[in-house]
Amino acid sequence: MSALLEHAPPPPPRSDERREIHPVPPRSDRIFVGAVRTASVSTLVVMGLIGLFLLLRAMPALKVAKWHFLTEHQWLPEVNKFGVASLLWGTILIALIALAVAVPVAFGAALFISEYAPRSLKKLLITLTDLMAAVPAVVYAMWGFFWLQGHLLEVSKFLSDTFGPVLPFLRVDNPDTLSSYSSSAFIAGVAVSAVVLPTITSVMREVFSQAPVSEREGAIALGATKWGMIRTVVLPFGRGGIIGGIMLGLGRALGETIVVFLIISPMFDFTTHPLQSGTNSIAPHIALRSTESSGTALSGLLACGLVLFLFTLLINTAAGFVISRSRSGAATEI
Amino acid sequence: MSTNLPAPGRIRTGGLNPDQLFHLGSAVAGSFALTWMLFERILPVTSPLGFAVSWYALFLTMYAVISATTLDRVGVVDRVVGALVATAGAVLVAVLAGIVVFITIRGKGALAHTNFYTDTLALVGPDDGLTKGGIYSAMIGTFEQVALAILISVPVGIATAVYLNEVGGRLARTVRTVVHAMSAIPTIVAGLFIYAMFIIGFDLPHWLPLLGDRVSLPRSGFAASLALSVSMIPVVITTAEVVLRLVPNGLREASLALGTSRWQTVKGVVLPTARPGLITAVLLGIARVIGETSPVLLVAGYTNALNYDPFHGPQVSLPLFVFNLARQPFDVAIARAFGAAVVLLVLVVIFFATARILGGRAPGQVSARKQRRLSARLARRQLVEGNLL
Repeated sequence: MSALLEHAPPPPPRSDERREIHPVPPRSDRIFVGAVRTASVSTLVVMGLIGLFLLLRAMPALKVAKWHFLTEHQWLPEVNKFGVASLLWGTILIALIALAVAVPVAFGAALFISEYAPRSLKKLLITLTDLMAAVPAVVYAMWGFFWLQGHLLEVSKFLSDTFGPVLPFLRVDNPDTLSSYSSSAFIAGVAVSAVVLPTITSVMREVFSQAPVSEREGAIALGATKWGMIRTVVLPFGRGGIIGGIMLGLGRALGETIVVFLIISPMFDFTTHPLQSGTNSIAPHIALRSTESSGTALSGLLACGLVLFLFTLLINTAAGFVISRSRSGAATEI
Repeated sequence: MSTNLPAPGRIRTGGLNPDQLFHLGSAVAGSFALTWMLFERILPVTSPLGFAVSWYALFLTMYAVISATTLDRVGVVDRVVGALVATAGAVLVAVLAGIVVFITIRGKGALAHTNFYTDTLALVGPDDGLTKGGIYSAMIGTFEQVALAILISVPVGIATAVYLNEVGGRLARTVRTVVHAMSAIPTIVAGLFIYAMFIIGFDLPHWLPLLGDRVSLPRSGFAASLALSVSMIPVVITTAEVVLRLVPNGLREASLALGTSRWQTVKGVVLPTARPGLITAVLLGIARVIGETSPVLLVAGYTNALNYDPFHGPQVSLPLFVFNLARQPFDVAIARAFGAAVVLLVLVVIFFATARILGGRAPGQVSARKQRRLSARLARRQLVEGNLL
């Protein structure tokens, strides 16, 4: 027994002295924090550089065009007569048409996924929505150009024939030939709506599914139908998400390049008749002209890019603000 | 005195009840019959789309009217809204299915030829048949550009996510806001930025003599991957940050309580625990940028020739290939564009599905196979230690 004890290691010296604490982090930690901080600062730098270089390279054109850049609708850089006005208007018009088509469908689909679908279907639908958001824009463009356009000509003609007499902006020149309906803002807008549909759906669905269970149960227990429950609990809770989702979709639709590029035929007047062939938009304009431009023309394209950048930044920041407010649960009182 | 009331039937809380099923069925059949009569016998027009729209409108009306026989107004509204909402869900799926089916059908012709995968368009005339030429150079371009984009954006993205989640502070909040803004910039602007900065080039200040006096890149695969990185970095950061947030705090605290430094905790506990999620973040980033066309369009240039070198000369990639051929007035070119679009779609689905399978697991949760391997390793170690004792 005692032999065993002799072989046992000596107990650690007990002391009531205060152990040393190192307030200075070890070197490895300092290097680590420094490295990850550098990485995150570099993303800030990239974002700053984007704004800086676009502004820098756009300056020559902005100096020539001055404030007329925002009001001029022609694009004739050779005679220093160019501006973003008709492009911006076309961009907004196409985005609004896209939203008009996508928002009702996205709203319904989001409600279906979060409230109506059985559990197994729900998982599948969420995956499909996310997959749809990952489908490349060029695939949507091929579909829009080669399939959707052909099918929408008839719809355009129908809309123009039926509502044209009452709503003058739906009229077109040569209403009897189908080709006067092709390459229009309407067709581009509907194609873009397919691109933004999954984005809007997934934002709305996420917010809807966060509506508090206790309140849902309360509504059901008081005898509400499913729709009554949705109307009184889910929708008020998700209001911020609905608005935020729409704005995110708007941001995405404004920057859509390839889909619009393939479909529209560019022109530099204000698009007043969305069913009529011919319109324009900033992003496709940049893509189309960048290879053949130099000097002031190129600088003008960069100025267009700057306008698009600032515009989408504004909308997306606002969207982020609205969504984050709704997620904080500020809209509900429990 | 007790009266024997019959026991009430069980209330069904979900699904379709027989009553509703009957109403639904009769509304569908009735509206179909009426629309058919209108379109085939009465109205002088035939239009499949018009037929579908009228059928749907009539269906909704009939469904409401039939439901009103047993339900009050609130119940009828509930049913009609249910039908509308289900339709919206069906439209979403139909659009996706429609796109996939359409692209596949049109792309089948090109995909059937093996030369499509192994050949380039370098020596192929514009109307040569599908037995000549293919997407090999575009696949090489996509592979190299995406690989370079990964090399640039994954270290930066994951390090930033680690900073946001493990270090934090006021700077982290600013970075998070900016990253959200960055994820929203249109991809064409990302391309334009690389164009403005690197293709046009800029002069370095003379006190920085190491790199020469001017920085500029030709249109090349590398410029394209820089543009792709601008779109990829925010995706990786946002996804990775969510994943890191899921690592249980108890693990971090246990590690720190053992006396490790922050770096050791991150390296030994946080990152290994979050590994599947981090891979998901990378894969989602890849799925996002692999099909980006607009940034590549501005900075990569276009060539039909095979170019293995991403740093010199124009290099084509799959999205650019699709986009360029789709605009040509030759049926063969368009068929090739559809074929390449299918390949692109398949690549996206592969990356997406892998990300889903890995991402479905909680941090720290391992697959059955990995579990077996880990327990085998543990048993071996115990055996060795047992022998030593």
